[in-house]
Amino acid sequence: MGILEVKGVNKRFGGLQALGDVNLSVAENTVHAIIGPNGAGKSTLLNCLVGKLIPDTGSVMFDGQSVLGRAPYEINQMGISRVFQTPEIFGDLSVMENMMIPCFAKRDGSFELNAIAAIASQRDVVEKAEQMLVDMNMIDKREMHAASMSRGDKRRLEIGMCLSQEPRLLLLDEPTAGMARADTNNTIDLLKQIKDERDITIAIIEHDMHVVFSLADRITVLAQGTPLVEDAPENIRGNPKVREAYLGESA
Amino acid sequence: MLGLNKRDTTLLIAVAILTLFAPFILNPFPEGSAMAQFNAGYPDLMQRFVIFGIFAVGFNILFGLTGYLSFGHAAFLGVGSYSAVWMFKLLSMNVLPAIILAVIVSGMFAVVIGYISLRRSGIYFSILTLAFAQMSFALAYSVLTPITNGETGLQVYNDDPQYLMGPDSPTATNLFGLEMRSTYTLDIGHWSFDFNAGYYMCALIMLIAVYLSIRIFRSPFGLMLKAVKSNQQRMNYTGLNTRPYTLAAFVISGMYAGLAGGLMASMDPLAGAERMQWTASGEVVLMTILGGAGTLIGPILGAGFIKYFENIFSKINDTVLHQWFAFLPDGLEDFMVFIVHPFIGKGWHLTLGLLFMMVVIFLPGGLVEGGQRISAWIRRRNTDDAEKANGKTKPAE
Repeated sequence: MGILEVKGVNKRFGGLQALGDVNLSVAENTVHAIIGPNGAGKSTLLNCLVGKLIPDTGSVMFDGQSVLGRAPYEINQMGISRVFQTPEIFGDLSVMENMMIPCFAKRDGSFELNAIAAIASQRDVVEKAEQMLVDMNMIDKREMHAASMSRGDKRRLEIGMCLSQEPRLLLLDEPTAGMARADTNNTIDLLKQIKDERDITIAIIEHDMHVVFSLADRITVLAQGTPLVEDAPENIRGNPKVREAYLGESA
Repeated sequence: MLGLNKRDTTLLIAVAILTLFAPFILNPFPEGSAMAQFNAGYPDLMQRFVIFGIFAVGFNILFGLTGYLSFGHAAFLGVGSYSAVWMFKLLSMNVLPAIILAVIVSGMFAVVIGYISLRRSGIYFSILTLAFAQMSFALAYSVLTPITNGETGLQVYNDDPQYLMGPDSPTATNLFGLEMRSTYTLDIGHWSFDFNAGYYMCALIMLIAVYLSIRIFRSPFGLMLKAVKSNQQRMNYTGLNTRPYTLAAFVISGMYAGLAGGLMASMDPLAGAERMQWTASGEVVLMTILGGAGTLIGPILGAGFIKYFENIFSKINDTVLHQWFAFLPDGLEDFMVFIVHPFIGKGWHLTLGLLFMMVVIFLPGGLVEGGQRISAWIRRRNTDDAEKANGKTKPAE
């Protein structure tokens, strides 16, 4: 029984069957990659996991509880954090403030009317956020305006923000999309380090096979909304079905 | 001090000193001089400065922090005024219960209006709040005449019950006997300064309101409100429910508006429906943007600025202009009066509009940004001078 169990999920947009009978099981403390050509339904699947979309049929269980019908913030409080394709951070705020917000969310829940206490007096949150910035190697940028950072740094901050919530499942949506080679390698190193140092399950959607094969313990190949193969990375490479899905029938 | 950091404490002390000495600061010109036109230190106007300051500070908690632009905040101002006048009619002319009820009732109104309006954001939210405010105006103006006294406006009559009125109780608004209108006038030479009880009560309440607003700005709650403005998507995926945060901000700012409305009624026990009209809602938006939305002090500056224009520029007439330009040859004098005429008296809106446009275009951060630029320029000039004096001017890169 995996920490995330997707069973018989269907999702239709008008005439398009975006997801057709998707079954997926992500085992705890592994890195599970979901790959597939454009339009395979990877992002739709991810959106069904975090509450942005509700599947037409099927079930999505996280740690034995259904996530269906819950708002994104509730699913996040259950222990699923999501990193977006384009880094979603609080651009108007400083790096330190960005890092404190998830720490408050972790400590106080989805809403807390803490309107009189000064932020500086919340020592536990301040220390936790500072520690996370040290871990992310960004403590020298703590007062920087988040929007003015490089794409790689924004990604690093976003991952740090997700980690500071101590999630049990981290979802990454093409974390290296549009990045320079150096930034991509930095991100791979960061994710490897996270995988080694923390008790965390990672599900990653990715186009870059270099990233996938560097990180994944298990790979699911999605094509036309349906899982084609699920196997260990070394078996995926040579699988003729996968080649066919990516390169077309004639290949 | 008081749980604020050094910079915020300095700011609060500066505001305290300015409000405390406002009767002197606003009356710099001797009585009877040509410039006495520009004196703003009379009780009525000073009260309005601080009351609208409270209104704008509260509005800024919603608009400045969360970015939700309410176009119906005058509804809460009106509700506050009506509640206060009803307290005068039912209990006594003591302002304390009136102010408390004004805050409570406007808070309850804000819960209902906010709960519905906050289902949408952006322009749709603004339109919803505007619709609610216009409905409140229409209700107050005609439908709810038994409660609001319609177009006459709600006021205190001799046959009102006033259950807490003793035989010796003052018949003017008062705070435990201290009448709001009582004024002590200090004459020094040609100058004359008014110290009004009502003004000082409002000023004290404004200081408390500003203090609370600083605490909110610096609190985890304030941080969450800034996060709402910055990226709601990230907030939702960080386990934070934006709805109660925005509703809390809406209710708090509605209560500030109700407080301002209650104080207005306490200074002059009268409440009319026009206080709820959309122009009044627009005015507080102008004040906040003019002063600097999202800054601590901006809304107060903006409120003071607009109220000053409204009351001072609108009183300048052609006779005054002729006096000013009397030193010019006749034809030129008439010409100058002709040029300036559209911008004064009833035309003060034109002057204000031009100023507003200039601020929005050249100083998007409002008057506060203007102040910051000037102080940065002075500092830069000082360091340049110092470097020149030391002969260490760096070559251009």
